[in-house]
Amino acid sequence: MQFFWAFVIGGALCVIGQLLMDLTSYKFTPAHVLVTFVSAGAIISAIGLYQPLVNLAGAGATVPLTGFGHLLAQGALNGVKQHGLLGVFSGGVTAAAAGITAAVVFGYLAALTFRPRG
Amino acid sequence: MAAPKKNGMQTVYFEKPPVIIASASIVGYLEGEGPLGKTFDQVVNDTYYGEKTWEKAEQRMMLETMQKALEKAGLQVKDIDYMLAGDLLNQIITANFTARVLGIPFLGLYGACSTMYEGMALGAMLIEGGFAEKVLVGSSSHYSTAERQYRYPTEMGNQRPMTAQWTVTGAGAAVLAREGSGPVITHATIGKVVDLGQGDAQNMGAAMAPAAADTITCHLKDTARQPDYYDLIITGDLGSYGKKLAEQLVTQDGYDISDRYTDCGILIYSAAQDVHAGGSGCGCSAVVTCGYLMESLKTGKYKRLLGIGTGALLSPCSVQQGETVPGIGHAVVIEMR
Amino acid sequence: MVNINYGVTKMPDNSMPLIKQKQRYMEMVKESTPKPRVLRNVFWAFVVGGLICLVGQFILSFFLARGLSFNEAGAATSTTLVFLAAFLTGIGLYDEVSRFGGAGGIVPITGFANSMVAPALEYRAEGLVFGVGARLFTIAGPVLVWGIVTAWIAGLLYYFFR
Repeated sequence: MQFFWAFVIGGALCVIGQLLMDLTSYKFTPAHVLVTFVSAGAIISAIGLYQPLVNLAGAGATVPLTGFGHLLAQGALNGVKQHGLLGVFSGGVTAAAAGITAAVVFGYLAALTFRPRG
Repeated sequence: MAAPKKNGMQTVYFEKPPVIIASASIVGYLEGEGPLGKTFDQVVNDTYYGEKTWEKAEQRMMLETMQKALEKAGLQVKDIDYMLAGDLLNQIITANFTARVLGIPFLGLYGACSTMYEGMALGAMLIEGGFAEKVLVGSSSHYSTAERQYRYPTEMGNQRPMTAQWTVTGAGAAVLAREGSGPVITHATIGKVVDLGQGDAQNMGAAMAPAAADTITCHLKDTARQPDYYDLIITGDLGSYGKKLAEQLVTQDGYDISDRYTDCGILIYSAAQDVHAGGSGCGCSAVVTCGYLMESLKTGKYKRLLGIGTGALLSPCSVQQGETVPGIGHAVVIEMR
Repeated sequence: MVNINYGVTKMPDNSMPLIKQKQRYMEMVKESTPKPRVLRNVFWAFVVGGLICLVGQFILSFFLARGLSFNEAGAATSTTLVFLAAFLTGIGLYDEVSRFGGAGGIVPITGFANSMVAPALEYRAEGLVFGVGARLFTIAGPVLVWGIVTAWIAGLLYYFFR
């Protein structure tokens, strides 16, 4: 069942992104979509509404960039629980470290390996 | 007092019209596949043209086009008085570096995609004024170099709107001379920068259409001619949507050009090539003019044509700062006598 | 040749003030500009985005079945997807995914990875420091800044008001 919801919720989040691009001014670029999603994910997560979506849809909620925001926000909140004020600073990025490092390292390696086709 | 060789507000005429004694064009794969493919001298299938970067590939294209034009004219580098060239890259590096190789006295031009027509107008003035016997004019663009400078890296996923245009990969060059045989340049109308508030950099045709229409109307008024004097009126790279707008604007000014008006950006690709609104870039008007239009003049398909090189004078910085996109259009009358 | 002096040309109507001309022209542009095919775009965004998440779900389930905790499996899934996206970008296929699927290719973490790899790849010629090093963060930089700052504010509020 989670596979079904992963498809539906993941697709639905992308639909929101598509509507943001198609129905707003040309000034709202794909970069703005990504930034909006990561921030929105963090806010929704902080008020406790994103975790239920993750429980329902699994990767359908964690793979879209709102899931990245969720990870950062939950990291910050857990950081506070464990380390107090210092955790506000360390928690978020710690939780998202794997994704960030993967993107940096694989990006770097891809840039060294491949040549763009144009 | 009006200048002696000026005709009306923005038009100059040439008493002894300079001759386009030779022209050459090199294009990329997509342009070679297009409907005008046969009118170009050479088609380069590799986007790198055997070089390390796209910028170097564009330079090689411009250099070889210039050399080909000289070869067709039977001239050597030392015979040329001035080279006028430009392109789309920051600080017009393609033209600068081509001039570095050729070693001809060089005047760099930036008129965005109107550069070829700006060059032809200025070259004709230099010759008419007695400052030059022979002038080499050229411009180029490359899809991949322009795309990453003005928009996104080519491998980045994004959706292009229907109004987006495809930057032409190609270079065009022409040799203008005081004497010789070939089509002649009789008039040039220098455009004003016009901005009617269009800000979307993915809809450049709409940004440039007012400037093109302004120049067309001004030219017709300055010369007291009707559109039917010309067999063809052709703008540089307005694309399908921009062309419609320019036509509407000219109609509002009281001239009907609809039966003889088209756009280089529309001609260069076929609908099946999925380039959306058509071609754009310095190379667009340059290769269509130096390839297809020159051939049509020589075969007699057209006798008199009014070409308007159109340019969108934006930069990535001006777009990010929310500025609208100013446009410019330079018109040149080319006749076969 | 005759010199004809007809006064100053203005676009598109001699008598109209610029602001009026702009208003009128913007209406013309609006009329002539084709509307994006929203329904079609939305459909393909749903399908493509859904499929990428479905692939993610298969990977997630695989790691969960191997006994990883949910958070560990999630991190492993992101890493795998990022690797796949970097590879597809390298061989020049990912831009086709987004061209077709729109936000369906942009919103998932694979789109984020693509937005890092694509500029890094193209600016390789500008060297490893200002080319690859700096350009990796053309789009990723803003995303990280906004995500980290938002999460930081959330954490701070939580610290004071929990």
